[in-house]
Amino acid sequence: MNEVPLGFLELRGVTKQFGEFTALEDVNLSISEGEFFTLVGPSGSGKTTLIRILVGMDSPTSGEIALRGDVINHVPANRRPTCMVFQNLALFPHKTVGQNVEFAMKIAGVATSTRRERALELLELLRLPSDFYSKRINQCSGGERQRIALARALAFDPEILFFDEPLSALDFRLRKTLEKELKDIHRETGKTFVYITHSLEEAMVMSDRIGILNHGKLIQIGSPDDIYNRPLNKFVAQFMGEVNTLAVEKAGTGKVKDSATGSMYEITENGQEFESGFMIIRPEVMKIGGAADVLPNRIQGVLFNDYALGSRIQYQVRSADGEDQWLVERLQDDPFSGNAGEPVTIGWRAEDSILVSS
Amino acid sequence: MKSFSDWIRQPGLLNAVPVGLFLLVGFAGPLVLVLLYSFMPPKTFTLNQVPTVENYLSVVTQSYYISFGWSLMLAVITVALLLVITYPIAYGMTKLFNRWATLITILVALPLLISENIRLFGWVLLLLKNGVIDGSLQYLLGVSLSGLLYTVPAVVLGLVYVYLPFMLFPLVIGMSMVPDSLKEAASDLGASRLQIFWEVELPLSMPGILIGSLLVFILSLGSLAESKILGGQVIVMIADDIESAFTFAQNWPKGSVLSVLLITLSLVIIFFLFRNIDLDRLVGRR
Repeated sequence: MNEVPLGFLELRGVTKQFGEFTALEDVNLSISEGEFFTLVGPSGSGKTTLIRILVGMDSPTSGEIALRGDVINHVPANRRPTCMVFQNLALFPHKTVGQNVEFAMKIAGVATSTRRERALELLELLRLPSDFYSKRINQCSGGERQRIALARALAFDPEILFFDEPLSALDFRLRKTLEKELKDIHRETGKTFVYITHSLEEAMVMSDRIGILNHGKLIQIGSPDDIYNRPLNKFVAQFMGEVNTLAVEKAGTGKVKDSATGSMYEITENGQEFESGFMIIRPEVMKIGGAADVLPNRIQGVLFNDYALGSRIQYQVRSADGEDQWLVERLQDDPFSGNAGEPVTIGWRAEDSILVSS
Repeated sequence: MKSFSDWIRQPGLLNAVPVGLFLLVGFAGPLVLVLLYSFMPPKTFTLNQVPTVENYLSVVTQSYYISFGWSLMLAVITVALLLVITYPIAYGMTKLFNRWATLITILVALPLLISENIRLFGWVLLLLKNGVIDGSLQYLLGVSLSGLLYTVPAVVLGLVYVYLPFMLFPLVIGMSMVPDSLKEAASDLGASRLQIFWEVELPLSMPGILIGSLLVFILSLGSLAESKILGGQVIVMIADDIESAFTFAQNWPKGSVLSVLLITLSLVIIFFLFRNIDLDRLVGRR
């Protein structure tokens, strides 16, 4: 990501209440110009409320939203230089593809011929053949509609383009393709993109920075690398995907103690300020069988089951007392040869665990 | 290729038989009879005469165009007034009133349970000289409004009042077909309220508007009670002429000619109204 000064879009103490319910609590955020910023959160985390406030369809109960330093709290959506691609796309069914793309320009009073020219340019940018111009919306597939919605928003020439989970209704392969296309278009147009999604995986692919939202609070903001390797708490780590989580407390230098069983594990000195909380170990850094025997942190268990995840295989190992379940992943072309029901050793290196205090 | 026995055994077709027979006897039959009678000699009551166009000629040369004119004009006025009156109500019912909308629906539909004529006589009591309005005004303010009843506006009032539900409910359905997200999207793309109305709301609720207008237009065109009860002798609408021809004048062929002309007129107007409009296309289903 290029270094650009922060403060293009700024949120200061944004709070939104619906009666007694607090949908957003003291959200502070600074988005820079040209950035691809993604807000991620589970359903009910307040991300839709936040994007509606950002677009101008709703206003915050308290706090400020500033664009280029001007507070825009009470500027209605139709007077903001921003635009959104809706979750359901909200394409106009009674208009052709061309009329949809040209809508903002028609509203702005742009001449018909200029409109048409620009619409055709945008269709080309979004890899849609020019004969789509006169097609009707319901003649277009899901992926095509996606591109039309994006073209319509780009035709508005917004300062910031917002996305409200537009890919969530598409099948996996198409979603993957469009995620990458979106990132390409971000690069080609140089516009500021603010994207919301419930999928951290989707966020990882596209974003310069990610903000994690839960229960109306912004929990962590960082690059995809930050979020992945340095989660601030258990929620962020678990939101990333399946992880092994263990409640632990500090037990002398370079060691933590399992709060439940008292087992000791080695950690690196990164955990210096750590007192108590959780140890996170990703399934893909775990070793199983012979490779685990030489590691400082080992657990004896029984192989319970294995799951094919495509490029990887996941093994579920249950501890001897049956209390804990551990997940271990290996590459699909390097499988573990044990059978279900057999005792196995699993383990991890001291530097492969992440400690979070909450 | 399906055989006839397969074709006749389709469940859809079999299920359609009872209503088909009913429509044949109750709807198509009378229409055909009327059409046949219109070609019989004047004042005959049988269909075994030599067909003639004499009735058509006499109707065209007489002054029936006046009652046709009144009916057409009042139907157009009623449709126009009802569009203006019910659009805001329908908008409120779909977007603003929430649970109160149900109450309004019931209140609007309830009068339909009472005979139209009885309701119109209620208006007579209100508008009559020395009636509820006139009498109250005289008593309270000493002003008299005795000329309310038996006027063209009174007939229009009756038509608007009686056919309001037939415009309101199709409009409500039409408007509820416009998703809020489309209006939000239009606003987000810079459209003002008026532009949202013209570009999104109006075209997408057009099926409801057209169906409501059509219902009210056809019903008003063939209306009889409003002009008779609230209009007295001030105007004669075409349905009035048809009724007189069949009953008072005992001239079935003439009544049939007037009926055929009214039906044709309606069909022509519907054809021109809907010719360029594809309902499926309007709402994007095709």
